[in-house]
Amino acid sequence: MYVAVKGGEQAILNSWRLLAEQRRGDAGIPEITLTQIREQLGLAVDRVMAEGSLYDPELAALAIKQAQGDMVEAVFLLRAYRTTLPRLAASLPIDTSAMSLQRRISATFKDVPGGQVLGATYDYTQRLLDFELSNGAPVAPAPAAANALPAAADIATLMNAEGLLAEESPPADDAEPPDLTRDPLTYPAGRALQLQNLARGDEGFLLALGYATQRGYGHTHPFAGEIRQGAVIVEVVPEELGFAIEIGEITVSECQMINQFAGSATEPPQFTRGYGLAFGASERKAMAMALVDRSLRAGELGEAVTSPSQMQEFVLSHSDNVEASGFVQHLKLPHYVDFQSELELLRKLRARHFAGAGTDGAAT
Amino acid sequence: MDTANALTPGLDNPVYDSIKVFRAVADAMAHPGVIRHVQARPPAPAQLMPAAAAICLSLLDFETPLWLQHGQPAVGDYLKFHCGCPLAPQPRAAAFALITDTVSMPGPSVFNTGDPEYPDRSATLLVQVASLSNASGVRLGGPGLREPVYLDVAGIPAAYWRELQANHASFPCGVDVVFVWGERIAALPRTTVVTC
Amino acid sequence: MNENSRAGGYNFAYLDEHTKRMIRRAILKAIAIPGYQVPFGSREMPLPYGWGTGGIQVTAAVIGPADVLKVIDQGSDDTTNAVNIRRFFVRTTGVRVTGRASDATIIQTRHRIPETPLREGQIIVYQVPIPEMLRWLEPREAETRKMHALSEYGAMHVKLYEDIARYGHIATTYDYPVIVNEHYLMRPSPIPKFDNPKLHMNPALQLFGAGREKRIYAVPPYTAVRSLDFEDHPFEIQRWQHACELCGAADSFLDEVIIDNEGARMFVCSDSDYCTQRRDAHRRAVA
Repeated sequence: MYVAVKGGEQAILNSWRLLAEQRRGDAGIPEITLTQIREQLGLAVDRVMAEGSLYDPELAALAIKQAQGDMVEAVFLLRAYRTTLPRLAASLPIDTSAMSLQRRISATFKDVPGGQVLGATYDYTQRLLDFELSNGAPVAPAPAAANALPAAADIATLMNAEGLLAEESPPADDAEPPDLTRDPLTYPAGRALQLQNLARGDEGFLLALGYATQRGYGHTHPFAGEIRQGAVIVEVVPEELGFAIEIGEITVSECQMINQFAGSATEPPQFTRGYGLAFGASERKAMAMALVDRSLRAGELGEAVTSPSQMQEFVLSHSDNVEASGFVQHLKLPHYVDFQSELELLRKLRARHFAGAGTDGAAT
Repeated sequence: MDTANALTPGLDNPVYDSIKVFRAVADAMAHPGVIRHVQARPPAPAQLMPAAAAICLSLLDFETPLWLQHGQPAVGDYLKFHCGCPLAPQPRAAAFALITDTVSMPGPSVFNTGDPEYPDRSATLLVQVASLSNASGVRLGGPGLREPVYLDVAGIPAAYWRELQANHASFPCGVDVVFVWGERIAALPRTTVVTC
Repeated sequence: MNENSRAGGYNFAYLDEHTKRMIRRAILKAIAIPGYQVPFGSREMPLPYGWGTGGIQVTAAVIGPADVLKVIDQGSDDTTNAVNIRRFFVRTTGVRVTGRASDATIIQTRHRIPETPLREGQIIVYQVPIPEMLRWLEPREAETRKMHALSEYGAMHVKLYEDIARYGHIATTYDYPVIVNEHYLMRPSPIPKFDNPKLHMNPALQLFGAGREKRIYAVPPYTAVRSLDFEDHPFEIQRWQHACELCGAADSFLDEVIIDNEGARMFVCSDSDYCTQRRDAHRRAVA
C-alpha cells in the first residue's frame, strides 16, 4: 500500500538524535572542549570566522564542534547566528600599517624597513608527519623576538612615492561603506563591495580561481609585494561622543599583490594592486583573494575580459559557500512534481520518435 | 528637539502592532482604493493622523528618508526619535513623504519615481485627507480589483488626479500613494487606472 | 528548549524588526509593480539557501500571531522539508498550523499551488530557487535588468519557438514563463504548468521569495497572468489518462509512484490535503 511520506516529523526528530550521538562519538573518550578547539585548531577557527564574517573565536569553536569539523557547515552556523545580531556601528577602517606584526614578508624586496619576519608558518616545515605529535609532547618556548614587533610602513606606500605603483585613494565622497549583508549585491559592484564579497568568499573557490589566473586564465603577472599578519585595533566613533574609541583588537592577514600593467591611453605603465584581507591567520585566503581582486579589475583597467576570474558577476555570485552549499544540496529535496512533468514530456517525445515522427516537429 | 513631543510613546507593542499595520497597508495596496482600517493609535503629535503615525512607526527607519510637506518640527522630532529616519531636504530624496495639505501639495512627479531598471527605488506618499469614501468618486481599475471601485477623496484637486494618471502611464516607474483619513487608509499603487 | 512553545532568545518569527521592516517595504513595492523582482537584503537563515529561505523570510515578515499557517512541499504537508519549515514557524511564532488549504490564512509552498481554490484575504508564499526567467538565456544580471526595463522578451519567444520547430510543441513543463499584467516576464517558480492557470486572476495575494538570489516579487489579487504561447500553439496544461487511485479525482495533478520491485505504478494526487478531503467526503457520504 502506498503511504505518502508521512511521519516526516518523527523522522526529523530521530535524525537529530542520531546526529547528536554521531557527533559525540565514543562516549568513553573525553569530550572535546571549545577551549581545546580554539587553542589547538586555531587555523580552523580563523577560517570559520573569516568566511562566517564574524570575529568571535569562542563561537567559531562552538560551530566547529557542532558541525563535527565540517568547515562549510560551521561557517553556515556562524552566519545564521550573525544574522540575528544588531548592527550597532561601522568601525573606522583598520590601519594595517599600525599592525602589531606577527609575520611580515615581501617577495619583491630582499630587505624592507621593519625587516622580513618569518613568524609562525608551515612554509618551511618540510611536511613530514610528526609522529611525536601523535602522542603529545611538551613544546619548548619560542624565541621572544617573534612577538610584538614594531609597526612598519607598508611596501606599497614606499613604492607609491616613486610613482611606480598606481595611486589608489578612496573616492572623495567615501561615506560609510556599503554592507552586502544588508543590501543585496547589484552589478556592477564597486570595489568596496567586491572586496567584502571576496573576504567572506570560500577559500577553495578563490584559491582555484586565483590559481587559474597564474595558469593563463586572466593572467595578471603577480608578485607578492607584501604579506603581513598580526593584530590591529578596531575603533568606532559613537554618534554621541564624536571621537574614536577602541572597542577591541583582531588578528588579520593582509596581502598586497603587485601586478604588471602595460598602461593605457591615459595611464603610464605602472604596477597595480590586488588586495586581500581575511580574519585570523588566513594567508592562503588573503593571497588568493588578492589575485582574484586584481583579475576582476580587468574591465576598470581596460584589459580584455576573457576568463571567469575577470567576470565580476561570475565570481561574486558564486563565491559564497553558504549559498553554494545550500543550493547544490537542495537537489536532495523532493522534486516529484517537476520530475513528473518531465517524465510526461519525455514519454510524449519518445512516443513521437518511435511513431516515426522523428524530430521533425513541423509535421504537426 | 522638542523633547515633550519626541518622548510621547510610539507603538504600544512594536512587534505585534507593526505587523497589523503592515498587513493593513499591504491589503490596501493589494486592493487599490478599497478603504481599510489601521488598528493602532500611537499618541503622536496632532498633525499626524493616527493611521499615518502608525504607518511611519511601522515602516520607517534609518534607511528611509522622510520628507515632510510643511517640515513640522513636532512631527519630525517625533519620527526621528522613534524611527531614526533622516529627514529629506527635498522631495526627490525621500523614500516616504508625508503630505498634510492637499491644496498646496506637489505633484507625484516631483518625487523619486525610480528608474526603469530599478522602479522599486521610488517614493511612497502618505497623503492626509479630510475624508475618504467608496460610495462615489473617481473610478479605479487594474491589478487587485475584480471590478471597478469608486473612491472619493476630499480636497484632492482635479489636476492631481490627472497627475496620478500620468504617474500610472509612466509604469514601471512611478510613486505609490496611500491616502490617510484618521484611522482609515486607501492606497493607489502606480498600476491603478484612474478614470475621472 | 521546549519544542512546542516559542523558542526563547529570538524575536517573534525569528527575524529582527529592522529586517522585517526592510522586507515589508520590499513587499509593498513588489505589490505595486506586479511581476518585478525587488532586490532585498536577504538574511542568512537557520535553514540552508535553496531550501526555502526566501519563502521563509517573506512568511516571517508577513505572519502575525492570529494567522493560521499551512506549509507544503510538492503539494504535500508531510514531506520532510515542509515539516521542517512548519516546525520552524511553530517554534518561532507559536501560530496555529493546518493542513487544510481553506483554513489557512498564509500558505507557504514549494512547487505547487493547492487544488482547492484560494480566496480573498489569503496569502500564498512561493519558495523560488531562481527568480530570473531570462537567466538561462542571459546569465548577466546587468543585461536581464535592461531587458525587463524595456519589456524586451524576444529572446524568450525565440527559445519557445525553437522548441516548437524541434518537438512540435513547447517543451517546458514546469517553471513555465508568464507575463504579469501585460508587462513583466515572470518565473512562477517550479510549479508544473498544470498550475499556471491558477496564477491568473487569483483572489489571493501571491508573494514570491528567493533568498539566495535576494529577490521578492508579487502578483496582487485579480491580476492578469498569461502563460506565453503562440496563436498556432496555444498554452495547454498536462492531462492524465488516470484518475487518482486514492480519491478518484480526475482534475488534479498526479504523482506517479512506483509501488513494487517489478516497477508497478500507481497515480495519486500530489495535493495531499485535496486528496484527504475528497476521501473523507466520500467516506461520510457512504456512511
